Amino acid sequence: MIKNIMIVGVGGQGSLLASKILGKAAMDAGYDVKVSEVHGMSQRGGSVVTYVRYGDEPVYSPMIGTGKADVILSFEILEAARWLPCLAIGGVVVTSLQQINPMPVITGAAEYPAELVEKMRALAVDVRAYDVQSIAREAGNEKASNVALMGIAEDALGFDEAVLRGAIEACVPAKALDVNLKAFDMARELAKK
Amino acid sequence: MKQLMLGNEAVARGLYEAGVKFVSSYPGTPSTEITEEVAKYQEIYAEWAPNEKVAFEAAMGAAVGGGRAFCGMKHVGLNVAADPLFVAGYTGISAGFVIGVADDPGMHSSQNEQDSRHYAEAAKLPMVEPANAAECVAYVKEAYRLSEMFDTPVILRMTTRASHSRSVVELGEREETEIKAYEKLPQKYIMMPANAKKRHFVVEEHLAALRDFAETSDLNTVEDNGGEVGIITAGNAYNYAKEVFGKNASYLKLGMVFPLPEKKIAEFAAKYETVIVVEELDPFIENFCKSHGIHVIGKDVLPLCGEYSDELLAKLLLGEDPDCTMLGDEIPNRPPVLCPGCPHRGVFYTLSKLKLRVSGDIGCYTLGAVAPLNAIDSVFCMGASISSLHGTVKVRGEEDKYVSVIGDSTFMHSGMTGLANVVYNGGNTTTLILDNSITGMTGHQDNPLTGRTLKGTTAPNLSLEAICTALGVAPEHIRAVDPNNLPELEKILKEETAAPCASVIICRRPCALLKGVKRGKPVMINEDKCVGCRACMKIGCPCISIVDKKAKIDASMCAGCGLCPQMCRVGAICEQE
Repeated sequence: MIKNIMIVGVGGQGSLLASKILGKAAMDAGYDVKVSEVHGMSQRGGSVVTYVRYGDEPVYSPMIGTGKADVILSFEILEAARWLPCLAIGGVVVTSLQQINPMPVITGAAEYPAELVEKMRALAVDVRAYDVQSIAREAGNEKASNVALMGIAEDALGFDEAVLRGAIEACVPAKALDVNLKAFDMARELAKK
Repeated sequence: MKQLMLGNEAVARGLYEAGVKFVSSYPGTPSTEITEEVAKYQEIYAEWAPNEKVAFEAAMGAAVGGGRAFCGMKHVGLNVAADPLFVAGYTGISAGFVIGVADDPGMHSSQNEQDSRHYAEAAKLPMVEPANAAECVAYVKEAYRLSEMFDTPVILRMTTRASHSRSVVELGEREETEIKAYEKLPQKYIMMPANAKKRHFVVEEHLAALRDFAETSDLNTVEDNGGEVGIITAGNAYNYAKEVFGKNASYLKLGMVFPLPEKKIAEFAAKYETVIVVEELDPFIENFCKSHGIHVIGKDVLPLCGEYSDELLAKLLLGEDPDCTMLGDEIPNRPPVLCPGCPHRGVFYTLSKLKLRVSGDIGCYTLGAVAPLNAIDSVFCMGASISSLHGTVKVRGEEDKYVSVIGDSTFMHSGMTGLANVVYNGGNTTTLILDNSITGMTGHQDNPLTGRTLKGTTAPNLSLEAICTALGVAPEHIRAVDPNNLPELEKILKEETAAPCASVIICRRPCALLKGVKRGKPVMINEDKCVGCRACMKIGCPCISIVDKKAKIDASMCAGCGLCPQMCRVGAICEQE
């Protein structure tokens, strides 16, 4: 069994930390794991995709292709829609409701498509969309949105809660840890409802 | 102990375990983290050099001086360091010397897609290429063993995916090395013709010995699964092939990509009906096979351009076309943009407003080229902004219409010599140095202008004004300005482009993402005043959009840089209460 998770968003939203946490969780759970990150120019507000693959057999490719992702973890709705073709049939999209206009929309050269969550659901995609920014803000800092999203996605990611929590504790800088754990717990509660 | 490590982090770990003493590098995506990570080991001296040639020569000096040494760079950096690279094989080394070079298939963050394996062949230096983080550690250690065994520098080739993928590494101990006793060996280390002629024969002898070594080295492994398909591959391309074919093919994985083992390849190829070479970028292994009469499938089926993936191999080699879900909507692109609060934004807005033609350079500020700023006319390579503009203006005249734009780190890398040329040869172009107090695009590395070293110690703070004065620019035509002060910037630009001599405008404001840089208060739109004229949209700030014909500012992203209020003619942009 190999599990394929994609983390998508906009450069600067914290996808590197998220992939670090998931990679650490997979390793601590005893799996082989590969994580592929994006550094450099795309980090400057561009579309950013990170791959996390883990399993109980050796993981070779660091990438996830069309129709292969079990989970798409998305920090921004348009990015979830952009990478939707990578989702496996029957896969899960867990997304923040945040919208960030890309430059072609800002300049008026393109329009931000409307009702993306509804349209994805109309295609029978399991979309779990939450306002994780508000959760993080309530927990104390909007920057914890990425960890809040992991709380929402917990059951889809396939880790025990303790393993995921341990990985968050190991990867999040000490001074931001309390806020992140709070956001994680609040998101988990919300997802259970 | 096991650790999930980035490929680059694992290279650094390998350097640590190999007892390396000295590292000098210039940052460049995707190679940067090797040197950032190595700097964390107290046992290793590590530094940022102003460019790759200097880094290479410093590391070469360290290796000749008896301590194991390393320098790291991206593929285009090796072009800069090519001069010493070609002579280093002739002199050889005293202690081990490894050069790490990271290619960027797919050009995630580069201006070209070159294949550095050609350098190994051209400079006659052995090259190894790991496929995952554990191999990064092991191959670095083996590279030092080879370097000392064959008295030659060894190149470690990385690619973006190898550098920026994490996988599991078992940590080992550091094997401490001693600084070798100094020996004066003029015939080995003074490369004047009489000596170099003799050394060329030594290079060829070493290469012959390395060819024999490649035939039996554990770096080149065969995985025989029977069947009819044999795959010859190297580096991360192996991972894609293995992902797609699994046990349905056999593999010759070449950990040493130069020199290649002719016999081993021929023996492997003879066993299979179909032999496919899977390698990103150029047909390096393929051409070797074909030149030795070994029939293989390669670039006739697989692409020369772009990054590979398992999906690409499955599609082109097996005809797979996976099911997927797609929306009917057109999804707008999301190209990278200058960050909120970026000090470069005002510069490019003003250059665009004045309709100046701009010779650009390599860094975050290349993003001044994209809409709506559209402010740049050309970007070639590090430092070329100043030197190429000199040529353009010499043939066209029209010097008032052109400026060159270069970052502080890029100016130190290779802009200074271009400016010296402008002054020396009577050019009268205007150079804008965007001094944001850091090397930005690669993720904040220090340089000779920042006053700090890689190890975090204080360094002499070189002065751009003093450097430009020393290069011959008249002090009254070296002007410093805060680029967020748009009227002042515009005034100085008009004055200096009109000046009949070489001039420099230093646009000085730190990167908005830099630690310790104070953010201003976020601003907001007073909807009663906003007339929807879109003037604030001209600066291309990702925080500003138009909603219901009025401007709207995303307060969570706004850095309070104060640029957009200067754009608004009706005073509709004010600080948040």
